[in-house]
Amino acid sequence: MAKVGVYVCHCGSNIAGVIDVEAVRAFAETLPGVAVARKDLFMCSDSGQEMIKQDIRDGLVDRVVVAACTPRTHEPIFRAALAAGGLNKYLFEMANIRDQDSWVHAHDPVGATEKAKKVVASAIGKASHLKPLEDKFVDVTDAALVVGGGVGGIFAALELANMGHKTYLVEREPSIGGVMAQLDKTFPTNDCSACILTPVMVDAGNHPNIELLTYSEVDDVEGYIGNFTVKVRQKQTYIDWKKCTGCGACAEKCPAKTPDAFNSGLSNRHAAYIHFPQAVPKKAVIDMGACINCAGRTIGSEPRISKKTGEPIYAPCEKACPAGAIDRSLALDPNGTIRELKVGSIVVATGFKVMEKENFKEFAPDCENVITALQLERLISATGPTGGKLLVPGTVNKPHTMTFVSCVGSRDERFHTHCSRVCCMYMIKQARLLKEKYPDLSINMHFMDVRAAGKGYDEYYTGARAMGINIFRGKVGGVEKLPGGALRVMAYDMEAGTPIEYETDLMILATAIEMADGAKELAQKMGLQFCGNNFYRELHPKLGPVETSVRGLYLAGCCQGPKDIPDTVSQAKGAAAAAAVPLSQGKVKIEPILSEVHPEKCSGCGICVPLCPYDAISLKPYADRPRAVIDMTQCKGCGVCTSACPSAAIVLHGYEEEQIYAQIAALTA
Amino acid sequence: MEFSPNIVGFACQWCTYAGADLAGNLRCKYPPTIKLIKVPCSGTVEPEFVLEALARGADGVLIGGCHIGDCHYKEGNHKTERRMLLLSKLIEDAGFDSRRFRLEWISGAEGKKFAEVVTEFTEQIKELGPNPIKAKGGE
Repeated sequence: MAKVGVYVCHCGSNIAGVIDVEAVRAFAETLPGVAVARKDLFMCSDSGQEMIKQDIRDGLVDRVVVAACTPRTHEPIFRAALAAGGLNKYLFEMANIRDQDSWVHAHDPVGATEKAKKVVASAIGKASHLKPLEDKFVDVTDAALVVGGGVGGIFAALELANMGHKTYLVEREPSIGGVMAQLDKTFPTNDCSACILTPVMVDAGNHPNIELLTYSEVDDVEGYIGNFTVKVRQKQTYIDWKKCTGCGACAEKCPAKTPDAFNSGLSNRHAAYIHFPQAVPKKAVIDMGACINCAGRTIGSEPRISKKTGEPIYAPCEKACPAGAIDRSLALDPNGTIRELKVGSIVVATGFKVMEKENFKEFAPDCENVITALQLERLISATGPTGGKLLVPGTVNKPHTMTFVSCVGSRDERFHTHCSRVCCMYMIKQARLLKEKYPDLSINMHFMDVRAAGKGYDEYYTGARAMGINIFRGKVGGVEKLPGGALRVMAYDMEAGTPIEYETDLMILATAIEMADGAKELAQKMGLQFCGNNFYRELHPKLGPVETSVRGLYLAGCCQGPKDIPDTVSQAKGAAAAAAVPLSQGKVKIEPILSEVHPEKCSGCGICVPLCPYDAISLKPYADRPRAVIDMTQCKGCGVCTSACPSAAIVLHGYEEEQIYAQIAALTA
Repeated sequence: MEFSPNIVGFACQWCTYAGADLAGNLRCKYPPTIKLIKVPCSGTVEPEFVLEALARGADGVLIGGCHIGDCHYKEGNHKTERRMLLLSKLIEDAGFDSRRFRLEWISGAEGKKFAEVVTEFTEQIKELGPNPIKAKGGE
């Protein structure tokens, strides 16, 4: 019979402040199979762990139950203690009497104590039936994938590459750079965004260990830590990138136009285009959605022959290309090509998008002079549609008064409850830059409150006040379009305690940061989870900020939550360090919490085979007939096959039927 | 003494178990009626487990999984959903009110929802009264 040791933790007053720990310990002592039951102020402390190890060494216990916090954070710690004491670490079970008991039932100490007894009994029941298991180790493919080529992805890739690991950097736009490439300057130093980003983009483009896969998207991810197989779809560029020199002649001659996303729709680009002037790689693509097939040159068709000259008629882009990189006679696949990559770890840095103004009817979104802050960023950028001159969109006029509105869609129950974290600071930056350039410009800023918590940020904000920028605390209630194009702003000044109204020429909305397009689909391909509906969930909000619940998958940047550039770069370097661990170790541990078929019980019915989400089960001959076999490297231990098997021939190690029945019996005793 | 239901919960470790932990972090209050059994996926839960818990006198059984589309194992919860439709009929056939059983999708970010579901389910079972097996005085 098993000799179970039960260790009940006070967790300071976290547990003992509500639950009668001694009563739980004394109760545990009476249960069959329990050899010792002890308590300690902090079971996870050195002395607490030592207590367990000593009991193991003394031969008193061969199964361990710790009643404490949650296995989600502390199971690994106690498992390690078992191993150090000389016991198989899988002979351990935790009873969650803090997170799921004392913390939630503080209003009912008696009920909480009774629940704790049941939960401990359940853990003892399971522990009595636990069997020793062995970790497995598999080799690792020494390569990494970074998804998303913004500043976060670029730094993650550079770090991994500098550590000597082959790194693929996948970006869906034709160039890396992300949103940072769209910015004019960066707070709180007013560094030119392009000046600090472009050299890093070039480094990533030239690094011998980095392979850029731009204009590409992740199609499918399979496998597990150390051995992922990723299908990347390289979208059809319609231009031979091996020949393209990025001269831009095709774009110059292309007559088709479509709104330029890089300029946030403030200007048009051509169907043949280069993403932006400093693009890396600097290659042109043809956007077939916007192409008008001039000269009847649909892709894959032979050119028409001129009746006058007898010469073939080519499209302007073809004629313009001096490198001969465009040939519309080729029947190029509009779906592009699929590239299969083998990698050991993956960093997801897919960034964010900002909400469009159309969501906010109270701010007259139909007016051209109401724009988002990202649009303003393009409007004041030297590479933007006006060459950096501040003009009211749709006119050639300079504004005399302009208005900034914070928290548009952020901290608003109608849209997003989160704070977008960067808006206060970038609005102050934009206002400061404009005030420096146009001292006569009257700038009014409306904040719910100013959040300037970063290094040097509050000084930057105080400086803005000193420059004569008007800062109001209070929300803007609405905006009215006036004849002649100006806008009437109706707001509240909380400090003066009065409503204010004035006319403005240009209105800037600091719209909320939200998850990037396609984030949901990517999450489903990778098994990532969300925090609510907004951003990818990290493994632990404090202690696992770059890891995810999928081993081998790490997060960096705004896909995990809104953050500024320094925080994104920090997290990217952290994610790269974490992603490099399995690559450097060369082998990864596979926990044996996996399913296994007892072939002698298997009837070979095959019900389990299509149920497995990982195609890990196949029928293979065994004795007289085919029976199910599970590939341990493919199995992830979900147990779907176990619960479906009519012959009870499949066991999920660590969650065996008799273990769960013992738990049910204990809970209903 | 007021009847306090005894609820057995099967919680997938990625979503509902994490959501229950989050309820603790947020100090959400709910009655101490539910005791969770951690499983890898709601799809791990055999219908027999639910019937066994009821047969042994549990007043209610809850299965908690990830939202459809968010399953850590891609589609385990689709299988749970399919099985549990049938299970409700089995529960009725076994002589139990199928309202004693619930399947809920509670994500790791929904601590508050976990507390609300347990509170509400507890109230519902209070109305149904104790498991009739217990009233008969045995299994």
